[in-house]
Amino acid sequence: MQVTVTGPLRDAVGGAASIDIDAATIRELLRKLVERYPKVEKHLDAGIAVAVNGEIFRDRWAEPIPAGAEVVLMPRIQGG
Amino acid sequence: MAHDPSFTNQKFKLVGSRVPRPDGVDKVTGRARYGADAFAAGQLVGMILRSPHAHAEIKKIDTSKAEKLPGVKAVITSADLPDKVNGRRDLLDILENCMARGRALYDGHAVAAVAAIDAETAKQALKLIKVDYRILPHVTEVDDAMRDDAPIVQPWVRTAGGDADKQTNISQISEFGHGDIEAGFAEADVVIERSYKTEQTHQGYIEPHACLASVGPDGQGELWVTTQGHYTFRTQCAQLLGMDIAKLKVTSSEIGGGFGGKTHVWMEPVALALSRKANRPVKLVLTREEVFRGTGPTCSTSIDVKIGAKRDGRITGALAVLRYQDGAFPSIWGMLGGMTAWACYDLPNVKSIAYDVLANRPKVAAYRAPSAPMAAFAVESTIDIVAQQIGMDPVDFRLKNAAQEGTRASYGPTYGPIGIRATLEAVKKHPQMKVKLGPNQGRGMACGFWFNFGGQTCSTVNIGVDGTVNVSVGTVDVGGARASLSLIAAEELGVSYDSVKCTIADTAGLGHNDTTEGSRGTFSSGMAIIFACRNAIAELRGRAAQMWEIPVEEVQWKDGKAVAVGAQHGNLQPLSVAEIAAKSPNTGGPIAGHNEGVADGAGVSFASHICDVEVDPETGATRVLRYAVIQDAGKAIHPDYVEGQFQGAAAQGIGWALNEEYVYGKDGRLQNAGFLDYRIPVCSDLPFIDTQILEIPNPGHPYGIRGVGETSIVPPLAAIGNAVSNAVGVRMTHVPMSPPRILKAIKSERQADQVSAG
Repeated sequence: MQVTVTGPLRDAVGGAASIDIDAATIRELLRKLVERYPKVEKHLDAGIAVAVNGEIFRDRWAEPIPAGAEVVLMPRIQGG
Repeated sequence: MAHDPSFTNQKFKLVGSRVPRPDGVDKVTGRARYGADAFAAGQLVGMILRSPHAHAEIKKIDTSKAEKLPGVKAVITSADLPDKVNGRRDLLDILENCMARGRALYDGHAVAAVAAIDAETAKQALKLIKVDYRILPHVTEVDDAMRDDAPIVQPWVRTAGGDADKQTNISQISEFGHGDIEAGFAEADVVIERSYKTEQTHQGYIEPHACLASVGPDGQGELWVTTQGHYTFRTQCAQLLGMDIAKLKVTSSEIGGGFGGKTHVWMEPVALALSRKANRPVKLVLTREEVFRGTGPTCSTSIDVKIGAKRDGRITGALAVLRYQDGAFPSIWGMLGGMTAWACYDLPNVKSIAYDVLANRPKVAAYRAPSAPMAAFAVESTIDIVAQQIGMDPVDFRLKNAAQEGTRASYGPTYGPIGIRATLEAVKKHPQMKVKLGPNQGRGMACGFWFNFGGQTCSTVNIGVDGTVNVSVGTVDVGGARASLSLIAAEELGVSYDSVKCTIADTAGLGHNDTTEGSRGTFSSGMAIIFACRNAIAELRGRAAQMWEIPVEEVQWKDGKAVAVGAQHGNLQPLSVAEIAAKSPNTGGPIAGHNEGVADGAGVSFASHICDVEVDPETGATRVLRYAVIQDAGKAIHPDYVEGQFQGAAAQGIGWALNEEYVYGKDGRLQNAGFLDYRIPVCSDLPFIDTQILEIPNPGHPYGIRGVGETSIVPPLAAIGNAVSNAVGVRMTHVPMSPPRILKAIKSERQADQVSAG
């Protein structure tokens, strides 16, 4: 599965705009990301968001990732 | 019980109606209790001493004379707020912002605080505190702060991913986008580049920050506070002060405006520390001057935009370089500007490069769709210029390039159903677009985007024995949530709106709720209440089954009543909530429903605004003649409040666009820390703001709700900028477009014309 990486997160994955990781849930995706790219951990601590087929998940890590889904790693946003 | 949050397109009986607001009587009679309206036996008055310098080393603080003053019960400095944050830089930054630690980082930075028996004594005590400063070089402008020779605000800061040895004020550089930007510009018939600036503004909430803090010698504490997030305040205050989270109860007062500025702790940990030291309750109410100097405004910015387009109106390339001044602590505001800049458009080649930059100004806080209005000002102004260059109507040009379902957003994901095109179509049909303009008048429009989000949320529904309903939520009512959430509970349970009472629970009453930000209040607490009510209905069915002595499987819930299904039950009359509740003592006790979870799945939101202005060419003064807001709400639960959000955001945007700005002297001191010199719009400055609610349901919410509180502050800077530019015939590139700036722009244009004619 191709995962698009945006913004400051790219630095944590060695500058790649896209990486290949297979995962069935957001939790599995994030666990594998940290295993492969330890620098991702500090972004996880600060907060991260994952868009699955356009829907943005900030905290629901149990969310399934369907086969063929568009997956985008995003920084966690703040609002007013 | 797991619930599906997907949109179901159910038909509503109550949702969408304009019922009276439950807090209305309290607010017009003065009975409503705000941050400063709490009192405790033996309470002291807390006050804060603030740095008069933009940047200074604190060599010594002598509090001895203040401590000896009769009536003074506690004096604290950073020594009384030791580092208990276990290496968490984000928390240490908050602590340092609450009270300077060795260096004052901006004019207004707290350096000490006192608690005394009355305000007069507290003021005297502040004067008796002697601070020995060594003044350091400072920087307040974002472009200056990025220079290699700029004074360094935080010596420990390095650009994330950059040179590990180089001190810098650039804390982060973020890039977003896709495609080949250079190929896009090469393909264009017209390429326009412009640079823009926006000045720092404050949210301008009418109620200053205020709290009543009480910490006993047993380590238990209470905090009454005006806040957008009392659970977050509890967690942060406990972490900063080394308290157990469960032993600090935080109650949110009524809130007199927040708009993002009350999502952060400022003086609350100071009040708690004073109370802990004095062993008495401490009330701390900021003055307006302190609110300006010592709490969090939004960023000032400097932005470059480049757009390439074909003559047929299709944008081929779009680039924004955004520099956001974050104040004295690293943050993500520039990044958010970069993410939102191009979100309205379907672009094949797009890029944003965003710089987060430190300066000797107050720590920046969120301000309603934080960072998006400035980016939109730069982008939407340039969009208008490009449309003009290719001879296309600006609305048609935007429609030609507008994002739609299936568009890959410039910040990454692909959009689901969205409303930007619908808002633009509505602009074209809006009556204001047909009103003929007079001399010195101009019309402008602009689009805006905000993400919205949900977050951790927890709600409880309790049904009384008379069938009336208490709803407890943990999000703060910043814009009418109690009415909207009561409507949702009434809709789900099938009871009247008047029989529901919604209360904001204190932190002891519910599990953690994230701060009320990101336009999440009605979206997320609404979702939690829907599911809590459905859990309560499951209980109600069980109670009805007991009353009828039939299996629960033979009881259904229809139109707010338990109905026994099956021919054998034909003689059983449906039971209402009140009838079931009346028997609850003998069917299992209290009837309640609860839900906790993460309300993800928020729907993005778009708005388009139209503005007509008249500019006096002699004075440069601008009058807004007409203003219209068109925004996608997903589903408007209470249309009055939705319209109120649209109007309020537009009003704030008008002030930001035309008047409001932080003015710093060369000494780095804020020159206009008051509402006389920092002028927010009053009623007589504003026209009636027309609104149009569109409803394109959010597929991630059972009722289709999107957040509505923030998006409509995004377009006004640009809509007004385009209107003023059209009125005076000169492109305005600096916000606020105050009379002196407009006159200067007109004069510069005339001089340029004379030079070219000569």
